[in-house]
Amino acid sequence: MIDRPAVPTDPAVHVEHLTVVRGRKRAVDDVSFRLAPGTLVGLLGPSGCGKTTLMRSLVGTQVVASGTIELLGEPAGSPALRDSVGYVTQAPSVYGDLTVQENLSYFATILGASRDSVMRVLADVDLLPHVGSMVGRLSGGERARVSLATALLGSPRLLVLDEPTVGLDPLLRRSLWGLFRRLAAAGTTLLVSSHVMDEAERCQRLLLMREGRILSDTTPDGLLSATGGDDFESAFVALLESGLREGSAPSSGEGEVGP
Amino acid sequence: MSWRRTRATAGRVLRQLRHDPRTVALLVAVPAVLMGLLAWILRGRDHEFDTFGPQLLGIFPLIVMFLVTSVATLRERTSGTLERLLTMPMGKAEFVLGYGIAFGSAAIVQALVVSGLCFGPYGMTVRGDAWLVVVVAVLDALLGTALGLSVSALATTEFQAVQFMPAFILPQLLLCGIIVQRSGLPGVLHWVSYLLPMSYAVDATQQLSTHAVTAQFDLDLAVVGAFLVVSLALGATTLRRRTP
Ligand SMILES: Nc1ncnc2c1ncn2[C@@H]1O[C@H](COP(=O)(O)OP(=O)(O)OP(=O)(O)O)[C@@H](O)[C@H]1O
Ligand SMILES: [Mg+2]
Repeated sequence: MIDRPAVPTDPAVHVEHLTVVRGRKRAVDDVSFRLAPGTLVGLLGPSGCGKTTLMRSLVGTQVVASGTIELLGEPAGSPALRDSVGYVTQAPSVYGDLTVQENLSYFATILGASRDSVMRVLADVDLLPHVGSMVGRLSGGERARVSLATALLGSPRLLVLDEPTVGLDPLLRRSLWGLFRRLAAAGTTLLVSSHVMDEAERCQRLLLMREGRILSDTTPDGLLSATGGDDFESAFVALLESGLREGSAPSSGEGEVGP
Repeated sequence: MSWRRTRATAGRVLRQLRHDPRTVALLVAVPAVLMGLLAWILRGRDHEFDTFGPQLLGIFPLIVMFLVTSVATLRERTSGTLERLLTMPMGKAEFVLGYGIAFGSAAIVQALVVSGLCFGPYGMTVRGDAWLVVVVAVLDALLGTALGLSVSALATTEFQAVQFMPAFILPQLLLCGIIVQRSGLPGVLHWVSYLLPMSYAVDATQQLSTHAVTAQFDLDLAVVGAFLVVSLALGATTLRRRTP
């Protein structure tokens, strides 16, 4: 067991010294962090920095080189987690040759989720008008929402969402972030990756990654005040550049920010 | 093992097939036309269709189902749906069995239609029971599905998956006794042919063309069944929840 400092609740996600090697590269390099239950956490960083690899490690589909990952008190990938962790892959992973309804009913059966939850999640992602449409004939953003809806089925206690709002219009993005906040308020822990820096302000906590490391573990306000910028885009660029200059990744530690 | 998830998976695969009527049509039409072609080629030759017909009746479905299954599971891998399913409470055996049941039912329809044509309009006759030829054809198609499931784990691209057909199936076709009787094969090859499932599938139909029921036929059928079970199990064990 790893010694933990006294915290009010057990973390929903507890990662210690995680290293993942993909090809010849350390895609995730000695990463440690904890997420408190019911927090909405953004995972931001440039393309190729290891966001997807980290998320795959959390949901237990990635071979990891070393380190430990505990989700909801269980080691990542353990069978007990399979109906309590929802995962949205970066590319929509749904069946293009089935209708929206057929896709969701199938995944609901696999998860043991109720029939009602199919309609509930479709309403959540604003897809009710497309229930009977063939997924392969939907637009990119609509298909991404079918994939997201699948992860919301049942009652996941942890959601790992890899760029769930990519390709969506501002209105839809706003409504989905509203949904994420409501889910967090109801006690679900969410880790959401994004490359759109504006989305940083909608999170309660930010993990900023660069080259497989956590460059900064902060809050939206913390990021702005630390860099003196007034928008997230330039704050992040400033942070990346300072990290590059110092040659190593400064990290504000493993502090835990409550909901 | 949950029957609910197995059945849901089989139903889902069948629903995908239903949305793709052209594939279903090809699945049945290709072997039907090929058998018709064979009947036509061998027309007027004394009983040659009765000799070759039953043998090929088992082999065409095997090849078609092998291809369809390996492409379908590869698609499941590359689209990310397999990764998603394996993060859910989906058992590997449930997944493989679901596919086996879905494509197996397609194979039954295929075998029934094609043998119906052979024994009807194409005029094929056998010494043994005609329905046993259908049983062998269904079993062969199932074997094709199972082999497709187990080798698709080795393929990472569509190009590779399609190459597995010539790599895994054609050598068996050369050694199974259709081209040269297996007893006439060079020593090492004769020995190798005992290790290949298609040898038993073809021998079973040869038994039916020339005899009424034989013990050899029962043994052949049992061996094909054993290969079927082993390759389904192999298909389940080669599924990986974690990938590099
Ligand atoms: N299958 C793979 N084999 C080898 N290397 C890989 C593989 N997948 C990813 N990588 C490498 O691992 C690193 C991290 O990739 P990852 O997909 O985690 O990045 P990301 O932060 O999600 O990027 P993006 O924002 O573009 O999605 C990249 O440098 C990539 O080249
Ligand atoms: Mg990514």
